[in-house]
Amino acid sequence: MIDPGAVDLARLQFAITALYHFLFVPLTLGMTFMLAIMETVYVMTGKKVYLDMTKFWGKLFGINFALGVTTGLTMEFQFGTNWAYYSHYVGDIFGAPLAIEGLLAFFLESTMVGLFFFGWDRLSKGGHLVVTYLVAIGSNLSAVLILIANGWMQNPVGAEFNPITMRMEMASFWDLVFNPAAQAKFVHTVSSGYVTAAVFVLGISSWYLLKKRDLDFARRSFRIAAAFGLASALSVIVLGDESGYAVTEHQQTKLAAMEGMWHTEAAPAGFTVFGIPDEAARTNHGEVKIPFALGLLATRSASTELPGIDRLEVTLKQRIENGALAVAALESLRKDKADAEAQAQFAAHKVDLGYGLLLKKYIDDVTQATPEMVAKAVDDAIPPVAPLFWSFRVMVLLGFLFLALFVIAFWASARNSFEQKPWLLRWALWFIPMPWVATQVGWIVAEVGRQPWTVHGVLPTHLSASTLTSGEVMLSLAGFFTFYTLLLIAELYLMFKYARLGPSSLGTGQYHHEAGGAIPSGAVAAPVSGKEA
Amino acid sequence: MFDYEILKLIWWLLVGVLLVGFAVMDGHDMGMGSLLPFVARTDSERRVMINSVAPHWDGNQVWFITAGGAIFAAWPMVYATAFSGLYFALMAVLWALFFRPVGFDYRSKVHDPRWRTAWDWGLFVGSAVPALLFGVALGNVLQGVPFHYDDDMRSIYTGTFWALLNPFALLAGVVSLAMIVFHGANYLIVRTEGDVQRRAARASLIFGVLMMTGFAVCGLLVAGMQGYVQVSGPEAGAVQSPVGKVVELQAGAWLGNFAKLPLLWLFPALGFLGGVAGVLFAARMKGVHAFVASSVAMLGIIFTVGIAMFPFVLPSSSDPGHSLTAWDCVSSERTLDIMFWVALIMTPIVLSYTAWAYRVMRGKITIAHIEANDHSVY
Repeated sequence: MIDPGAVDLARLQFAITALYHFLFVPLTLGMTFMLAIMETVYVMTGKKVYLDMTKFWGKLFGINFALGVTTGLTMEFQFGTNWAYYSHYVGDIFGAPLAIEGLLAFFLESTMVGLFFFGWDRLSKGGHLVVTYLVAIGSNLSAVLILIANGWMQNPVGAEFNPITMRMEMASFWDLVFNPAAQAKFVHTVSSGYVTAAVFVLGISSWYLLKKRDLDFARRSFRIAAAFGLASALSVIVLGDESGYAVTEHQQTKLAAMEGMWHTEAAPAGFTVFGIPDEAARTNHGEVKIPFALGLLATRSASTELPGIDRLEVTLKQRIENGALAVAALESLRKDKADAEAQAQFAAHKVDLGYGLLLKKYIDDVTQATPEMVAKAVDDAIPPVAPLFWSFRVMVLLGFLFLALFVIAFWASARNSFEQKPWLLRWALWFIPMPWVATQVGWIVAEVGRQPWTVHGVLPTHLSASTLTSGEVMLSLAGFFTFYTLLLIAELYLMFKYARLGPSSLGTGQYHHEAGGAIPSGAVAAPVSGKEA
Repeated sequence: MFDYEILKLIWWLLVGVLLVGFAVMDGHDMGMGSLLPFVARTDSERRVMINSVAPHWDGNQVWFITAGGAIFAAWPMVYATAFSGLYFALMAVLWALFFRPVGFDYRSKVHDPRWRTAWDWGLFVGSAVPALLFGVALGNVLQGVPFHYDDDMRSIYTGTFWALLNPFALLAGVVSLAMIVFHGANYLIVRTEGDVQRRAARASLIFGVLMMTGFAVCGLLVAGMQGYVQVSGPEAGAVQSPVGKVVELQAGAWLGNFAKLPLLWLFPALGFLGGVAGVLFAARMKGVHAFVASSVAMLGIIFTVGIAMFPFVLPSSSDPGHSLTAWDCVSSERTLDIMFWVALIMTPIVLSYTAWAYRVMRGKITIAHIEANDHSVY
């Protein structure tokens, strides 16, 4: 009935389109606040260079923003197109934050962004500044709402199954909104966006400094990026730790997989800095461990034990067996609502309903599942260890490297010595791609770590997809691949072109490429490309 | 505060309001995009047209996104069933829409005429294709689409993409495209001058008449079409799933609601009145009046379709008993209630700052303005 190939392709499509969308989102989240800071300085000091900074970095922001909007459209509709059963099963809860995101955040962000770009001559200085802040608030509000939706997939609170409608329904809106998983994810995600924007501005400004052009402009941009980046890099680590703490409460399987905890250790468990996870042998080779560190960080206690994969599998087996009883009772109830025995059995085991559904991958009548099928389902319930283990370590390592970069950059800008440190400028320049690496692997940790569920403990991924054939999903995947590749080429072309052009692209006549007055009038951008060398 | 039945009815109305909001707001910039290659003859003229919506297209597009989100939240069965069933129609809409944000933002950032022409056609595709396909989709919904549910309430669609392109649905697509282009032309009359404005007025006449003709023909066809009637099933206010009712097909049933409550003929009448008024105002270059008139026409047309089918919202041709209605495609009472209050509070706020944004950016976009602000406008 459900084509397993189609499910895998739908997962691949979701991963590709979400990761692609998430190339543009972090920069938007951070740039909007950096623009607001630059413009605040302009309004407070009246120095025109800050106005030019707001406009120029705003141009680069705009090039990025256009693709963020484009690829966001895909996300809004993909749940319905490729994940229809998911949409039916949890739409009662999951749809609400998405709709509120539109009403509360997107309208604000998108209406104000138009005035940000085109309202300079129509609004007072203060009026325009308010608009810029509203863009930043709108884009960050949309992150709140989407992470409330995502947080619910990780930790489904405030919801109850309704056998009549055959879906999960909202039991408490406030539980959904104040889900601790969502709160922790929000602060971690937006601060990673701030780091992205700070590295972006710091790196490009460093390039101008290395090229010795537009020095005043570049210095001031560098300083703002260094200060903003330092605060952001600190918060991304502190709040990332908080996010990890939230994981231990709600998703022990994710934590066990990302830490490669094959066996339960006495509390407090050690943190594996390095190791090569071996899924077949269920062990890590060449482990380097810091004693006690993981237990202390993850449980905030010296005595709470963290269950390893071995211990989790025992619990999972029990829950899957109980869940099978719930599924069977539900199927009887769908045929005869008055069946008292089925009602009692369902009430007793409904908390494990989702676990019983894991067996549907292997057999339609879950009461007939063999011990091998149960063992397979238990195995499925632990996310893949190696990808999580490595993604997590790459993310954390990069997090600390960002912190190091910003500590030094901030120190150097306080001492006014960064122009004498070409190694620092080069580091910042070559580090521009790294926030994207960190945010992409961060997404992998969070979402691959959620497998085999779309909604943890509630709905398995293999049941969530639409009734489509592999061929259909393959064709749409090919379409996305083609369009996204073309759009990315156009985006990068413009991004590089305008970054190279620098503030000369504003046409104020005061910057590097314009100094000779050789810019032809009416030339928006193209003119300079020939003279850049 | 409200009982479940009233909440379901309110959400039927709200979805209609969101669709009208989308047509009025995103419709005028889609209409502009559809006219872009034809009404403008030079690069500067094209930039005038594009810049008439430059500060607003993104906010307008949120009507589309929010309509999608609201249908997900309030009518999850419709969101799941329609989007997975009409899969490639949705993909075509989505891929066409890709060209809008980038088309607007990237087009004038490079001087090469080939680059600009390519994005102009991108804007055309991103405007005209969705406008056409929304109508095609509604045309199919009026005829019923083939889907049913299994025991787990998993929707199974048994039609093909090509079957969607039947004559009636294509005619509905033409009506939808015509009304969007008519509306966009009226907007251009407000925001432009000279040659562009004159050509826009001519487009308004052509597409206004086309819209009304198509709407009339569709109406005659619908009168003879097999409509759906619910014979038995749960009470409207009950918690229910969409598989527990009996539905019959009857010729002309889509006019049943108008026969029961003749006051509802007001809505199709508004479609024509708005159309005639829009064409007449456009001919006299009264842009704002024409824009209001075409907005009224779209409200009339969209609600005519909704009322004709009520309470059905997604009839199933292959298993009529599994059709979705405003009573059984909905979210739980709690979700509908919360989302109603969110919509009630947020919609006026959104409308006020949108109106403010249009006020700030009001006035004619001229070629002189484009040339003087070459570096900052689209």
